[in-house]
Amino acid sequence: MIAAAAREIRDGEVVFVGMRLPLVAFAVAKELHAPTTIGIFENGVIRDRRPLSPIVTMGDPPNIAAAIACSGLIDVMALLQRGRIDLGFIGGAEIDRYGNLNTNWTPELRLPGSGGAADIASFARRTVIIMTHEPRRFRDRVQYLTSAGHGTGKGWRQSVGLSGGGPSKVVTSLGIFSFDNSGEMILASLHPGTTKEGVQAATGWPLRSAPTVTETQPPTVDELTLIRQFDTLG
Amino acid sequence: MTKRDQDKTTTLANAIRELVHDGDRVAMGLCLESLIPFAAGHELIRQNKKDLSLIGPISDILFDELIGAGCVKAVISAWVGNVGAGMGYNFRGAIEKGIPQPLLLQEHSNFTITLALKAAALGVTFLPTKTGAGGDIIKNQEAFRSVTCPFTSEQLTAVKAVVPDVTILHVQRADTFGNAHMWGNLGVTVEAAYAADRVILTCEEIVDREIIAADPNRTLVPGILVDAVVHEPLGAHPSPVQGFWKRDDEYFLRYHEHSRSRDGFLAWLKEWVTDLPSREAYRTKLGEQMVNDLRITEKRLPIDEVNYGST
Repeated sequence: MIAAAAREIRDGEVVFVGMRLPLVAFAVAKELHAPTTIGIFENGVIRDRRPLSPIVTMGDPPNIAAAIACSGLIDVMALLQRGRIDLGFIGGAEIDRYGNLNTNWTPELRLPGSGGAADIASFARRTVIIMTHEPRRFRDRVQYLTSAGHGTGKGWRQSVGLSGGGPSKVVTSLGIFSFDNSGEMILASLHPGTTKEGVQAATGWPLRSAPTVTETQPPTVDELTLIRQFDTLG
Repeated sequence: MTKRDQDKTTTLANAIRELVHDGDRVAMGLCLESLIPFAAGHELIRQNKKDLSLIGPISDILFDELIGAGCVKAVISAWVGNVGAGMGYNFRGAIEKGIPQPLLLQEHSNFTITLALKAAALGVTFLPTKTGAGGDIIKNQEAFRSVTCPFTSEQLTAVKAVVPDVTILHVQRADTFGNAHMWGNLGVTVEAAYAADRVILTCEEIVDREIIAADPNRTLVPGILVDAVVHEPLGAHPSPVQGFWKRDDEYFLRYHEHSRSRDGFLAWLKEWVTDLPSREAYRTKLGEQMVNDLRITEKRLPIDEVNYGST
């Protein structure tokens, strides 16, 4: 999942880096294929090098040392709202067929909340979603809309006044998904060892596929080495 | 009201006793994962403060501890949990089961809580934004209203100002008047200091006024806002303090395990908070070895000093 997420970062992009897995994806991309990408962290850090050593949170001292700027939330959120962020990573407890995310509530469970996810989803030019793929998480409709995807389909984002482009990819533990012209999530790539049937069984709506479904390239030796080095939580 | 130029140094117990009252709105944990004023939070628990409304974007485990200890009536926040481990079990228990007491929640995103504090800091009643449109967070009508821009007729969301009674900050250094140097990422620290009626500072070092005046751009919280200054080294443990202390990752994971059950949390609370009369006792309990392991010794100063010369 981390290697696939890292590959979504294109060289030269300004990337809003979220908590946990994206911290590692940024370090991997920075080192291997996107050397001039800039990372923006919601606590106010802007950096053009990977963290000096492995970190658990964006506020860890190795993420601040040798940063190019340390500001505050309002400054990095200003960059988002002005449309200056190319790519944002987000995740959630639930996702639906239009890439909407819930990180707040289900009828049974209280979840930690949005953090900056709703903001990133509103304004980044595109977002990449990282999720564990389970039936209870992949629902026909999210039970609370924390972070907007494509809403109810094409045209919804413009109609409610969201300037960002919404989700372009979903990277899960089973595969990689893109979105068709109607704003609906479609299967684009299967991770090695998984099948369409297996993915459908873990998805709570009739899943459509891209014209050509590829197989996800497994992590390279370089990617694995960096992931092991930076993923302190395992 | 300008706070007079006087020595504001005091003990943590005195600062909390005199400046935080039951029912207050308390902003803390404003830097996201760093500079979290855990020492002050633990003193709130020891003094058995009640019915607090906590304000902050992402609290890491400080809000969870205060909720579990029964100090909290409401949370105004974007995220409550344990950043490295995910869930805050006391937060979840209070909302789902009312244990140890029911909890009111005002949902925000990181941006909207920032705007709520910035509005208060500016002395206006709201600030507009486009964030969260179409989503469920801004359907919370107490904090958000739809407004039409008077210039362009665009639809915007008005975020209602949040004025803390007290903002509590941990900073690297301050003088006795409360002029505070901070560095590293800032989160919403500065907005919350300007927004609050009262400000309590805990700090790693109390320094001479000349040290502060040598680098005024570093003074992010001026003493005219500050009511109390407390010298409390390691006062943010287990969160990191740039240039002083690393993050104690293991401590957060141990808390995650202990706080899974109510009994486990109460034992943890006794061991790490209520059985320890002061932050000095806490430092002693951590032990010299641990304190040394967490200490940052690197000096990263490969540039000339900033020159503020004028003649």
